[in-house]
Amino acid sequence: MPLPFIVAWMPGSRKRVPPRPAHLPAGATDFRSRLAGVVSIAWVATGASLAHADRLAGATLAQQGGGGVPACMACHGAKGEGQAAAGFPRLAGQGQAYLLKQLQAFADGTRKNPQMAPIARSLSAAQMRDAADYYASLPGWRQAGAPHTPSAQYAQGLKIATEGDWTKEMPACFACHGIAGDGVPPHFPALAGQPMAYTQTQLNAWRRAQRTNDPLGLMQAVAEKMSDAEIAAVSRYLENPSRPGEEK
Amino acid sequence: MSFRTWYESQKRTRKFHPGWIVMTVGGTLLVAGVIAVPATLVAETAPPPAAAPSLPGASGHGKAPGEAMPKVIEQTPSPARLRNAKAIQVDFSPPSDEAMPTGEFGKAVRLGKAIFTDTQTYARQYVGNKLNCVNCHLGAGRKADSAPLWAAYGMFPAYRDKNKHVNTYEERLAGCFRFSMNGKAPAPDSKEMVALVSYSYWLAKGAPLGVELKGRGYPQLAEPSQKPDAARGKQVFEANCALCHGADGQGTEMGGRYVFPPLWGKNSFNGGAGMSTVKNAAAFVHANMPLGKGSSLSEQEAWDVAKYVDSQPRPPDPRKGKSS
Ligand code: HEC
Ligand code: HEC
Ligand code: HEC
Ligand code: HEC
Repeated sequence: MPLPFIVAWMPGSRKRVPPRPAHLPAGATDFRSRLAGVVSIAWVATGASLAHADRLAGATLAQQGGGGVPACMACHGAKGEGQAAAGFPRLAGQGQAYLLKQLQAFADGTRKNPQMAPIARSLSAAQMRDAADYYASLPGWRQAGAPHTPSAQYAQGLKIATEGDWTKEMPACFACHGIAGDGVPPHFPALAGQPMAYTQTQLNAWRRAQRTNDPLGLMQAVAEKMSDAEIAAVSRYLENPSRPGEEK
Repeated sequence: MSFRTWYESQKRTRKFHPGWIVMTVGGTLLVAGVIAVPATLVAETAPPPAAAPSLPGASGHGKAPGEAMPKVIEQTPSPARLRNAKAIQVDFSPPSDEAMPTGEFGKAVRLGKAIFTDTQTYARQYVGNKLNCVNCHLGAGRKADSAPLWAAYGMFPAYRDKNKHVNTYEERLAGCFRFSMNGKAPAPDSKEMVALVSYSYWLAKGAPLGVELKGRGYPQLAEPSQKPDAARGKQVFEANCALCHGADGQGTEMGGRYVFPPLWGKNSFNGGAGMSTVKNAAAFVHANMPLGKGSSLSEQEAWDVAKYVDSQPRPPDPRKGKSS
């Protein structure tokens, strides 16, 4: 039996490691947190993280915060729907592996953001998993009313999202992000329903090499080919994209 | 003081190593060389120096941006492009979709595009796997260097070695149905074939007839320095392709449609397809994969990964037994 598997089955490892209990001496806490690290690596290594993260603990963290961590919903909305005006992203329904990866990226600096970085750094590995599991379990985006009223900008956004522009080697967004931007887990996040400001910020971050956590540099290769107008058009379109067959 | 004693003394004192002179001069020459050699030659593996000047059009005429098309470009064929070794290639841009005609012909063009991009829906009965034409002819058959339709249309009828006779354009399309799509071809006068030909014809509108257009086919690579190797190719695959096509090469399906197409197995192209030849697959992959990052693999990596993909099981060549 591989070592990680044995460690994962040690007593207590199925539960998320509780916050540091006050009565324990520093050394004991150290051991516990080290154990937590080993256990979480073991979980990831065995792929068990998907099955057993504590969704309830995630819900509590999202709604109340805890241990110095602010409630996620303060920014990401009561149901994880995000806040369009502030450009805070929707988390509800996003892939579990993807959310977890982003929290790790904020913590290790391959994705930079002054609001999320300190929060991510204060989360334990177990808390990250719990939060990711909780948000992934919430219902994803549903088309809100009719798609935008037709305009030149809308048409441009639609074209970029569904066809790309091969004269400059730019694939369609949906070639990787799935039909209507629904996402293709585990590597390709859903884009549909994200606030325009958020999508714009991400594309610009890649363009300026401020976000560097994408596999094979796939997303950077797309963003660096885009103009400001194209970024605006596609970001607006993705707030409420149409489904295939709804156009024309 | 002879040069030799000066050299030795300099070496001993270590204040100034004469080797630096060699490095400085060498380095300068190298940089100058890189700048001076035309971009086409840098991009490909270095050609035999004698070959270039003896060919017509090697006088270094560049491509002037923004000129009206079609326009003749004098190109220096490098060994990497020898298959398409026409000294003269013509630049061409297909019309944009907004310019699609209306009326009955317009309908046929639109249906052609629909069949090409969603063959599984619009020509279901002619397809024996899970691919769509667009999977190997990117950008709805528009993308240069991925065998675009606008560059193919004006090149038929043509003799093909594959079946040893002169093929019409319809017959060329039929070939991709039979092998790449592992199916059977629609009849030449069927609604589907008429639509695909209409779409191709419209994309090629304004292009000269019988002239090799720039961007046709997949740009063939020079022979690799090391023999293509499936074991090395497997590593290239796992690092650069598995993310989308799956570690098992079976693609990624979402809601009954493949977002990332299968590369082998029963849902992919068969053993008679152009893509099942390592040479073609290497050329396609180098120019077009990973998606959006064409030309990011080295040519050797493209050869190796093509060898790996083409050594996997897939439906048999329907011509069975018969040679290539
Ligand atoms: C102060 C506001 C704020 C709070 C509180 C907050 N976030 Fe965020 N979060 C943001 C912002 C802003 C972004 C977008 C960062 C960027 O632009 O890169 C973000 C992004 C994220 C992302 C990446 C989403 C994606 O689609 O890539 C995840 C995951 C995330 N937050 C999880 C959490 C969790 C879990 C909590 C609670 C423990 C939390 N956030 C609390 C502001 C906040
Ligand atoms: C070649 C594949 C590919 C294409 C094409 C592509 N993307 Fe992406 N995109 C990715 C990958 C991979 C990620 C995940 C990056 C990561 O792991 O952090 C991503 C992430 C994103 C994100 C961040 C989402 C989030 O919540 O964190 C946005 C926004 C995005 N892409 C927008 C777009 C847009 C808009 C287009 C079209 C113009 C596009 N992408 C085309 C591969 C692609
Ligand atoms: C598995 C990949 C694959 C699929 C799927 C595929 N093709 Fe092809 N196609 C090829 C290859 C390989 C060639 C040869 C390219 C070359 O010679 O450089 C080719 C050549 C062609 C050509 C001739 C190009 C030229 O310039 O001579 C046409 C036209 C064509 N295909 C149409 C289609 C149509 C229509 C479909 C769908 C019914 C289709 N293809 C599906 C791989 C594919
Ligand atoms: C970002 C995702 C992505 C990556 C990474 C990627 N591909 Fe693809 N590949 C695609 C998509 C999408 C298509 C179909 C293109 C289309 O329909 O527009 C495709 C098509 C193909 C095809 C032709 C269709 C078929 O099923 O045979 C081959 C061959 C191929 N890829 C090989 C590779 C190889 C080899 C690599 C690694 C060097 C690779 N791809 C990396 C997304 C990807």
